[in-house]
Amino acid sequence: MTDWTRRQIGGLIGGALLAVAAPHIVRGQGRAKIVVIGGGIGGATVARYLGDMKSIDVTLVEPNSNHVTCFFSNLYLAGLRSLASLTFGLETLAEGYGITIIRDSAVAIDPVGRAVELRGGTKLSYDRLVVAPGVAFKFGEIEGYDEAAAKIMPHAWIAGPQSELLRRQLESMEDGGVFVIAAPPNPFRCPPAPYERASLVACYFKQFKPRSKILILDAKDKFSGQELFQDAWSRHYPGMIEWLPSQFTGAIKAVDVAARSVVTEGETFRAAVANIIPAQKAGLIGEKAGLIDASGWCPVDPVTFESTLQPGIHVVGDSIIGGDMPKSAFSANSQAKACAFAIAASLTGSPQFPPHLFNSCYTFLAPDDAFTNALTFAPEGGRIKTVKMFISKVGESAEVRRRTAHHAVGWYSAFTADVFGGGS
Amino acid sequence: MTTPIPRVMVPGSVRKNEVFTVKAIIQHQMETGLRTDSAGKTIPRKIINQFVCRYGGLEVFRTDLHEAVSANPFLEFQLLATENGRLEFSWREDGGATYSLFHDILVT
Ligand SMILES: Cc1cc2nc3c(=O)[nH]c(=O)nc-3n(C[C@H](O)[C@H](O)[C@H](O)COP(=O)(O)OP(=O)(O)OC[C@H]3O[C@@H](n4cnc5c(N)ncnc54)[C@H](O)[C@@H]3O)c2cc1C
Repeated sequence: MTDWTRRQIGGLIGGALLAVAAPHIVRGQGRAKIVVIGGGIGGATVARYLGDMKSIDVTLVEPNSNHVTCFFSNLYLAGLRSLASLTFGLETLAEGYGITIIRDSAVAIDPVGRAVELRGGTKLSYDRLVVAPGVAFKFGEIEGYDEAAAKIMPHAWIAGPQSELLRRQLESMEDGGVFVIAAPPNPFRCPPAPYERASLVACYFKQFKPRSKILILDAKDKFSGQELFQDAWSRHYPGMIEWLPSQFTGAIKAVDVAARSVVTEGETFRAAVANIIPAQKAGLIGEKAGLIDASGWCPVDPVTFESTLQPGIHVVGDSIIGGDMPKSAFSANSQAKACAFAIAASLTGSPQFPPHLFNSCYTFLAPDDAFTNALTFAPEGGRIKTVKMFISKVGESAEVRRRTAHHAVGWYSAFTADVFGGGS
Repeated sequence: MTTPIPRVMVPGSVRKNEVFTVKAIIQHQMETGLRTDSAGKTIPRKIINQFVCRYGGLEVFRTDLHEAVSANPFLEFQLLATENGRLEFSWREDGGATYSLFHDILVT
């Protein structure tokens, strides 16, 4: 089932986009100008699929020269994967798909004049704008946790330097230390990932620092894949991982950076290494452009991914209110394809079809033990709703889990090739 | 298979005749005995079936737990502070193992 979903999305949707849209494009006034803000998973995918079309001129704005994928970054933290193997440049998109890449940040959007202003001063006009800035953190919600504190107690929730910092801290931690993970409230980027992180760091500890412990202080009372994780923790890392729900601790109130401690309502926990994953909201440009609502996220039309607040601007990826779709790379990629299709259809006057949306995630419990889920979604009553769902079960054989871990590695290379171009 | 980890949260000191809150949690799978493994064999029941709290040697709170209770059972209850003393907590598992903790409370 997972294989089916994976191939379906790369092959069919990409194919459908070209087959339906390309032949119909007739434009008197030159090429349509599309600007994409954010060269992460959602933005790169939109750019790539629109860049395939000759009649569309695509400009991608991204401040970083490389993208380090969050997915598989927990393997890096456990010493099982290099950061270089998770790093992708945008050159292939530029060279292979004729996309103009601008290394800068968008600082303002003028929805009426249809222009984007960049930090460097450049102004870009657009016919359609796609915004895919990922998540931003609600610093300040945990007292004492701000950008400076994150240099000592990393979040490592945007992969790159933060991941390297956390890895260094874990490496230099003495055996017998407590690694505290503060898990965020819903909704947040990649619901199973804090617990995947606990699993893989436990795998590292088991081998190199066997007396160490992991303490998860959760802002929630339950979490995604809980049964699967707890089964795995007792099988692979008995006695090493402790999970405390918010109802027990009374939730995280503050951090004391100097003491490396995490303060909950009831008790203060000292950490040898602390990983604070704060509450999240849509990427900051969303706020400036009037794309967010009171929830802190961007409401969109589930067929076209056009903002319901600002016409002509589409939003995809973690920043949106995705209904039943989780904030995942797979979701961002699937939404991006639907969005590219919708933009192409509207520019050509072709009919708009409701998109088929997918998510499939692989989650590692140990290097040779992974679980998976696969879901399909469709718009219904203005919302994205789950249509079908598959999830691994507790009690699957070791062989099934080994195969899933193997599939995950294959998925990673196929998926990143789909997003950043090249390969497959 | 599991290695249960018990933990309690109790204030360090309380005023005399004040009601205080005790929170208790144990990391435990609460295996119901109703599931089968990948070979189709039933996984035997293994749950925490009883929790007891003593205050100064006196039993002040007891509860039986059953299969329907979720993994990592969490309990919250209140006690009246009478005098300095030891709070003892114990969780009893199917098969007879018990997991215990104590906490000395200062009554001012
Ligand atoms: C530990 C971890 C594990 C994960 N594992 C998985 C997994 O196994 N499977 C899965 O599907 N997902 C996984 N995810 C989630 C996945 O990484 C995200 O959902 C995905 O990256 C979202 O894509 P996005 O395009 O919305 O945001 P991003 O990929 O974060 O891209 C946003 C981009 O926008 C840029 N940007 C921001 N603001 C501006 C601006 N003003 N101007 C220009 N550019 C801007 C940023 O620099 C960034 O490059 C994981 C996440 C974490 C943290």
